[in-house]
Amino acid sequence: MSAAAAAVLTSDPVRREPVYELSSVTKVYPRRNVHALDKVDLTLERGSFSAVIGSSGCGKSTLLKIMAGLHTPSAGRVVLAGKPVTGPRRDIGMMFQQATLFPWRTTIENIVLPIEIRDGKRAARAKHEDARRLLELVGLKGFEHVYPNELSGGMAQRAAICRMLITEPAVLLLDEPFSALDELSREFMNMELQRVCLARDATAFLVTHSIPEAVILSDIVYVMKPRPGRIVEAVTIDLPRPRTLDMMTTPRFGALVDHIRGRLDKEAFL
Amino acid sequence: MSVAEVIRDQNDPADTVWVEHVSWIDRVPRAISMIALFIAFVALWQIATMLQLISPIILPTPIEVARDLYSVAANLLSGDYMLFALWTTMKEVFYGFIIATVIGFSLGVLVGETTFGERAVMPYLVAIDTMPKIAFAPLFVAWLGFDIHSKVALAAFIATFPIIVGTAAGLHAADENARMLFKTMGATRWQTLIKLKLPTGLPHFFTGLKIGSVGVMAGAITGEFLGGGKGFGELIRVAASMLDTPRVFSLIIYLSLVGLSLFAFVTWMQRRFVFWHKDRTSAADA
Repeated sequence: MSAAAAAVLTSDPVRREPVYELSSVTKVYPRRNVHALDKVDLTLERGSFSAVIGSSGCGKSTLLKIMAGLHTPSAGRVVLAGKPVTGPRRDIGMMFQQATLFPWRTTIENIVLPIEIRDGKRAARAKHEDARRLLELVGLKGFEHVYPNELSGGMAQRAAICRMLITEPAVLLLDEPFSALDELSREFMNMELQRVCLARDATAFLVTHSIPEAVILSDIVYVMKPRPGRIVEAVTIDLPRPRTLDMMTTPRFGALVDHIRGRLDKEAFL
Repeated sequence: MSVAEVIRDQNDPADTVWVEHVSWIDRVPRAISMIALFIAFVALWQIATMLQLISPIILPTPIEVARDLYSVAANLLSGDYMLFALWTTMKEVFYGFIIATVIGFSLGVLVGETTFGERAVMPYLVAIDTMPKIAFAPLFVAWLGFDIHSKVALAAFIATFPIIVGTAAGLHAADENARMLFKTMGATRWQTLIKLKLPTGLPHFFTGLKIGSVGVMAGAITGEFLGGGKGFGELIRVAASMLDTPRVFSLIIYLSLVGLSLFAFVTWMQRRFVFWHKDRTSAADA
């Protein structure tokens, strides 16, 4: 199934050059006798938004960590921008469920932190103008010198988006970025995320538990199943861009959600 | 403390209101209740001594203590021998605290940051920490003499351990997300320590400092009791040996002011450096 998914992707004429390529990525934890990932093939094309969805323990977190270079695969190839991923990379931007802003740094200092770690304090200061532009992009203009304690959960996640984008990464890896927010903020932030991604022509990869979230944001939704973790289907989402929250009430949206839910339910509890 | 009560209108069941009752003692402003408590305590003390329930040699009257507080203050302000003794004890406390902070922080980083420290050094530190540290006082006197060095050593020895524990605990305080974030940013171990673990651990470090600041005082005075010298502890010992209990009480009160100002200084530092952290549990917020 995963091979077929890859075939569908590569034969799509609308898509552009591949940015991130995984082939036959396998992860086994021999001591615990766990087969976390089994021959996962995945190609992210420039400017595309993909999501992976699956039940807990289906290996999607392992997949994301391998893609981020935090874990090494047992077998397979992981290539980003033509170079194999062997560890954390500067051209990978990541976002987690928690914003993880540091309370002793102002918002703008938090945003330029990746630059400070990479190139030092002077380089970070030189990036303040870029950071300000990003803050404006996510609607946080004027909050540059505010400490994170004073930001709401949604505002903190916007700042985290800026921090992820400041290094101009080739790919964005999003690990359930808004799942700690309330439902209304979450939907709103998803639309903000789409707007930011479209504005920056970003390549994004989202891990989520929420089928509607995956559908409303993505061009392709990968359905994963556990034991062993594998991609069983790549669902192309043909809703037009830019997506709006109103689309969530359309029959097409409902049909896609139902289809994915069906794929998950059938074998999820076997 | 507060009792909620239902006031019921018999004619209209819908008109039932909850009224919260706060007892009068909880409504008194803090400063007034503290002063009132102090006055009540002193009055009780005065009455107990006036009724001769307790021998005046064992417990002086509050008035005697107050009179002695005044004469000690006069001695201190005139720059007499008591000021010199106070200065000696303050030096011991100051040096002891500085040494304890430097050693405690260094060992805390060793234990909290390295596997070697955690596995090999920590068990020894725990073993030493469980020993009655005061028992080392004669050794320090034997090694360092009757001058202030032996007192500084004991004070530092007692204060070091809470600072080690605070520092080490602080280095473990950064959560998994923050560590992962630093990893994804490609941070070196040094950068992770400086930019993540140390700032995250500052509140714990200061908690260790606060506990240490109390211990350093106890260490210095114990050192003087057991090793002589020219400090305030020696004055207390001499006064006690002459059954001059009012003097003992007033000296203890002045000593506690020294301890309190050290504690307040650490708290002030904490507020300044850990400005993002609202410490509500600390007694120093009083």
